[in-house]
Amino acid sequence: MMIRRQFLRFSAIGAGALLVAPRLALAAAQTDRRFLFVIQRGAADGLNTVIPYADPAYAQLRGALAIDPTTATKLDAQFALHPSLVEIGKMHGAGQALFVHAVASPYRERSHFDAQNVLETGGTAPYRLRDGWLNRLTGMMTAQKEEAIAFAPTVPMALRGPADVTSYAPSALPQATDDLLARVGDLYTEDAQLDPLWRSAMATRGMAGENGPKQDPASLGKLAAGFLAKPDGPRIAMIETGGWDTHSGQAGRLAAQLKALDVMLANLRDGLGPVWNDTVVLVATEFGRTAAANGTGGTDHGTGSAAMLIGGAVKGGRVVADWPGLAQANLLDGRDLKPTAQLDALIAGAAGETFGIDPPRVARTLFADAVPRPMTGLVRT
Amino acid sequence: MSESAIALNRFGIGARPDDPAPTNPKRWLIDQFDRYEPRPAVWAALPPIAQLADDYAQVRMEVRQAPKDDPAKKDARKEMRRDARQNYQDAVNARAASALTAAAPFVERLVWFWANHFAVSADKATVVPFAGNFEAEAIRPHVLGRFEDLLLAAERHAAMMLYLDQAQSIGPDSIMARRAAMNNPGRQRGLNENLAREIMELHTLGVRTGYSQADVTEFARALTGWSVGGLGRGGGRPGGPNQGDPGEYLFRPGLHEPGARTIMGRSYTQVGEAQAEAILHDLAVAPATARHIATKLARHFVADDPPPALVDRLSAAFLQSGGDLPKVYRVLIDAPEAWAAGASKFKTPWEWSISAMRGIGMREIGQMQVAPMLNQLGQPVWRPGSPAGFDDVAASWAAPDALVRRVEVAQRFAQRVGDRLDARKLGATLMPGTIAPATEQAIGRAESPVTGLALLLVSPEFQRR
Repeated sequence: MMIRRQFLRFSAIGAGALLVAPRLALAAAQTDRRFLFVIQRGAADGLNTVIPYADPAYAQLRGALAIDPTTATKLDAQFALHPSLVEIGKMHGAGQALFVHAVASPYRERSHFDAQNVLETGGTAPYRLRDGWLNRLTGMMTAQKEEAIAFAPTVPMALRGPADVTSYAPSALPQATDDLLARVGDLYTEDAQLDPLWRSAMATRGMAGENGPKQDPASLGKLAAGFLAKPDGPRIAMIETGGWDTHSGQAGRLAAQLKALDVMLANLRDGLGPVWNDTVVLVATEFGRTAAANGTGGTDHGTGSAAMLIGGAVKGGRVVADWPGLAQANLLDGRDLKPTAQLDALIAGAAGETFGIDPPRVARTLFADAVPRPMTGLVRT
Repeated sequence: MSESAIALNRFGIGARPDDPAPTNPKRWLIDQFDRYEPRPAVWAALPPIAQLADDYAQVRMEVRQAPKDDPAKKDARKEMRRDARQNYQDAVNARAASALTAAAPFVERLVWFWANHFAVSADKATVVPFAGNFEAEAIRPHVLGRFEDLLLAAERHAAMMLYLDQAQSIGPDSIMARRAAMNNPGRQRGLNENLAREIMELHTLGVRTGYSQADVTEFARALTGWSVGGLGRGGGRPGGPNQGDPGEYLFRPGLHEPGARTIMGRSYTQVGEAQAEAILHDLAVAPATARHIATKLARHFVADDPPPALVDRLSAAFLQSGGDLPKVYRVLIDAPEAWAAGASKFKTPWEWSISAMRGIGMREIGQMQVAPMLNQLGQPVWRPGSPAGFDDVAASWAAPDALVRRVEVAQRFAQRVGDRLDARKLGATLMPGTIAPATEQAIGRAESPVTGLALLLVSPEFQRR
């Protein structure tokens, strides 16, 4: 791997690159904190993730889908955690997990794709912005290149934009020869689109080391930890999770989805070792699901949901919620959990506090369309 | 890019080493309408829907009937998954095989376009065995017909109804719901609005085109009763004595929500299955639908940011012809925007792998397994992450890791035939008048014919169309 990386510096970037700051300059990042954004694509059901068991309307609205609070981990007198989230429950106990409920992006319609675009671009309307808030956050970092990585074969919208980012996912394909890789580097030199992508890919491959080709949640957590634990590794990362759109048969599917999330984060924690204390993971989804169960053992597209901040750097052990209540009169449009907290405010506060950048400045850079007042006191300073 | 290279690659699916360059590119494209085979031999060899559904229902039954904790239950479940996966992989192989020798490559590309427009996803277990049949039965026969017929075929196919939960949707005031409520008041049964929403948002009008949540719910009510025959519960619920033909569309009157519906100010007084048909008819010819389809076609064939004037012309052709698709395609073929020399579209992993396989002269896929390869390339066949299908813009596919995977696959392809094909000449055959001198030079200097061929397959020119 080292050979490949060295080769890249000579041939693809060219000899001149040796005079520029070498890649190891990443170690000079102004912060040692790590920020990981885990997106839950498909509108994860916040009401069955962080369960408002003390709300009398909960059991009634959810019927057979309601989670029995005696099986769930109690978080406080109002909320309990889905029984699949065993490790996250332990993190809560250790003061390393914080849950924000009744939270939503500015989006108020019901299209996944528009909602994900709003969540990822940080705009107020779909497709108004062309780059993502995580990329703009990357641009605020002081270090040079490869500051951010997506653990996916392609770069998700939140990470797209002017700041250089990379992507990596383990592959089961036989590796190409070093000779071919080097020649491809030469072949792309004149191509404005492919050349930077290729350079980034070669650099990332060098960093991946001995990680195996597995793609299960445990391996993904370990893989991410491997990158983030490195002193010269990326400080900002993103993981995509899918499969949260549960219109039918929700009980089993949500339990499996949450289990996978739990396993991934536990492996991330274990893999990071002491670096976990410098880590903040934001878990968020594009919108919530209907307060009531539908006719097919599932829920439909809703509005308010729950988000999580997890990591050793989080001031956790609590649920932050201005609970709107689930009584019919309190629901948005008579069907959804009414949002009382802004996801943008959570993101601005969490990102700013993680990296020690003035949160109002982060809020202005990430959410220029409608600047939220950042939430405070989320992360240890 | 020369006009013949555009015809072969932007409209087509990549040339083969023995393909002569089309001398009249537009004529070459239009003539394909007469040559297209909706049901070529490799597709016809796959099991029909009745057999797929029957087999599926049978193993499901075994799974359900085996006593809990019995090892037989586990085995039956394993067998069910294995069979489903086998059906899926066979169909993926058929899709690739038919593309290798397609008589009408432009129409083959249209099949891919429409299958992605009406996306079903094998991410959902119940869809896995039926995904290939969806393309074979709902898409392939209708790509040269009217949009309305394509729409109806897609929405009524088992894969779509299972994927978007339609098969389980029950009118809250239907006969079945009332009867069930009397027998077992505790259990919830009712409406599922998933299919209705995605038809409006993705398949016809497009998102943010003026319909409301109430319109979606009303449409969902109209759709109740649309179901799949022979799959029993979970597929379609038992709707009385008539279980229908396995896997075929079946209207179950007992599940249909009675009454007239109002959608976007229009009233639908039809009774039974005709109600949703009437709504689909109006959606199929709506101006918003014309614009939505025109935009997607222009994006697919011309540029990630489709030229507005072309969208206007395609949209007008759609509306004037009532959605006669070949009339719309002809506007595309006549569009100067589509013949601009610069290659503006970055190939998706599927497009790239098929064009590479054609480019190295493969006629059949042999022992190759296409599905796992496309997983590795980042575009698992018939398994987009959402009902919106796969993205059709470069930003979704041109990424660092994705490029490395293509290089790895290219090396494997090149190893198969690298000693038999001369990469230095092949470029001009596959992409006449397109290869840049720098690429030619890099290929010429490669240490071996295999490396030269691999370089051609991942060259900037070959990555684009």
